[in-house]
Amino acid sequence: MNILVCLKQTFDTEERIVVENGRVKEDGVKFIINPYDEYAVEEALRLKEEHGGEVTVVSVGPSRFEEAIRTALAMGADEAILADDPALFGDEYTVAKVLAAIIRQRPFDIILAGNQAVDDGSGQVAVRLAEELGIPHISTLTKLVVEGNQVTGYRDAEGDVEVVQATLPVLVTAQQGLNEPRYPSLIGIRKASKKPLTHVTAADLGLNPEEIRPRTKVVDTFLPKPKQAGKILQGDLQEQVRELVQSLRTVDKVIG
Amino acid sequence: MAKNVLVLADVRRGKLRNVTYEMVSAAHRIADGGAVSVALLGKDVAALAAGLGDFGADRVYVVDAPELEHYTPDAYKKAFMECVRAANPDILLLAHSAVGKDLAAVMATRLGAGQVSDVIDIEGSGDHLTFTRPIYAGKAFTKVQVTEGVVVATVRPNNLPPAEGGLGKAGQVETLAVTFGPQDLATVVKEIVQKTSSGVDLSEAKIIVSGGRGVKSAEGFKPLYELAEVLGAAVGASRGACDAGYCDYALQIGQTGKVVTPDLYIACGISGAIQHLAGMSNSKVIVAINKDPEAPIFQVADYGIVGDLFEVVPMMTELLKKELA
Repeated sequence: MNILVCLKQTFDTEERIVVENGRVKEDGVKFIINPYDEYAVEEALRLKEEHGGEVTVVSVGPSRFEEAIRTALAMGADEAILADDPALFGDEYTVAKVLAAIIRQRPFDIILAGNQAVDDGSGQVAVRLAEELGIPHISTLTKLVVEGNQVTGYRDAEGDVEVVQATLPVLVTAQQGLNEPRYPSLIGIRKASKKPLTHVTAADLGLNPEEIRPRTKVVDTFLPKPKQAGKILQGDLQEQVRELVQSLRTVDKVIG
Repeated sequence: MAKNVLVLADVRRGKLRNVTYEMVSAAHRIADGGAVSVALLGKDVAALAAGLGDFGADRVYVVDAPELEHYTPDAYKKAFMECVRAANPDILLLAHSAVGKDLAAVMATRLGAGQVSDVIDIEGSGDHLTFTRPIYAGKAFTKVQVTEGVVVATVRPNNLPPAEGGLGKAGQVETLAVTFGPQDLATVVKEIVQKTSSGVDLSEAKIIVSGGRGVKSAEGFKPLYELAEVLGAAVGASRGACDAGYCDYALQIGQTGKVVTPDLYIACGISGAIQHLAGMSNSKVIVAINKDPEAPIFQVADYGIVGDLFEVVPMMTELLKKELA
């Protein structure tokens, strides 16, 4: 089975955001595999363990992404492709086109990706990719079963679970709860540095950057207004509760 | 210049979600004199079209078909494309919901369009639209413009100005016949398991009662559910509570998990890790109940009670039962 995983590197979720000159500052930030993509990597490895085959990581982004890709290789992925040519960077429209161009050059049975990234949080790229490739997709899975050609995905739809079926080839996106990602083993880490990581450019992919130029532009980036310090209620608990309920009802008017 | 706007009605369990009206109102504001249309897709949904004219819809395109009983990307794409052909929109608005965010990305790709996701504010009208959206789950925000072609946006519930009725537009209903072939049924929904027992959905809830590690066990969520019931609230959880197995991941609020902006967020036994704060700190009013006075959650809370949630929460429930009776 040829298994592809789309992966992005993001800030660690415990990082605070600093905006300088209208941009998010990256200095000194700890980077991780986008947590949703990490579920996708883990699920890909489980599919490989069950059905055999190869897991290939595909990514579009700057060379710092290599660290996240090496982590995925250390977890057990077999090889990786990184489009780190800045001419290929852009918005979700652009990234989906680049991923599609990489993937069209290879055989695949299933593509896995996170349902969104914890930085931009738009949840577009994987779905766009499926549509670009003309294959069906099932989003936000908390469970995946592949038997022969038959794929059953358990989709988290606002708390309900939809059991959805399709046949390979298919693209699926990972929701939290899909699995518990493994930590790379020491042997895995040692092997990872020797696994193939191919860098590709616009020319390699036969893409004209002008034709895949972004359709959106960010005109401003800013932090939310700092919150006013709140009020710690005093007195005995019964009194505090009474004051709280009173305020919520008459001052803030957020309760009936 | 006038722009035609097409809104996808957000249907859940046979009803229009409130965000539908918020989007139709927004469409009316930004169309700059263009036509406002609504696409209503599903099975036995035609009756929901009534009243949309009041909120600014000139036309409602209805595709009512058994194949649309449950959302699948390909069947919905086919039906929505028919509406697009009929309405000829410059701007598509969908909810940032399980259906809307999936279908939006499909449609944007089909139309070669740029998409802005999870929009909380729209400024301007016609050709000059600027969308505000959170990044890093609300730790920061960006303003985004679409530079060319059709505009696709998904809208977060509860954030645009409230819908205003009384516009008296025609809301003329037009039924479109769509035939579905095998390629439109590439994915099939076999079964739906409803897990949200209260029926109050986290992403659209006005009030959320949320529990963290301090809840201590699955059983410990019981007083939270009791408070939620009195308030008509949804129940959420922190990553700590989910990781500890006290509740399902579907309840998780945070940078991984759901981002919520209710009118009232009651955090019980939640310390306030940065990744949790990202998911809820843009709520209008935040109440924190925690034994530890140093817990970071108090820094974003409007009201704090330093105390044991197992004492405080039942007291609140009892008091509210009396007051709201």
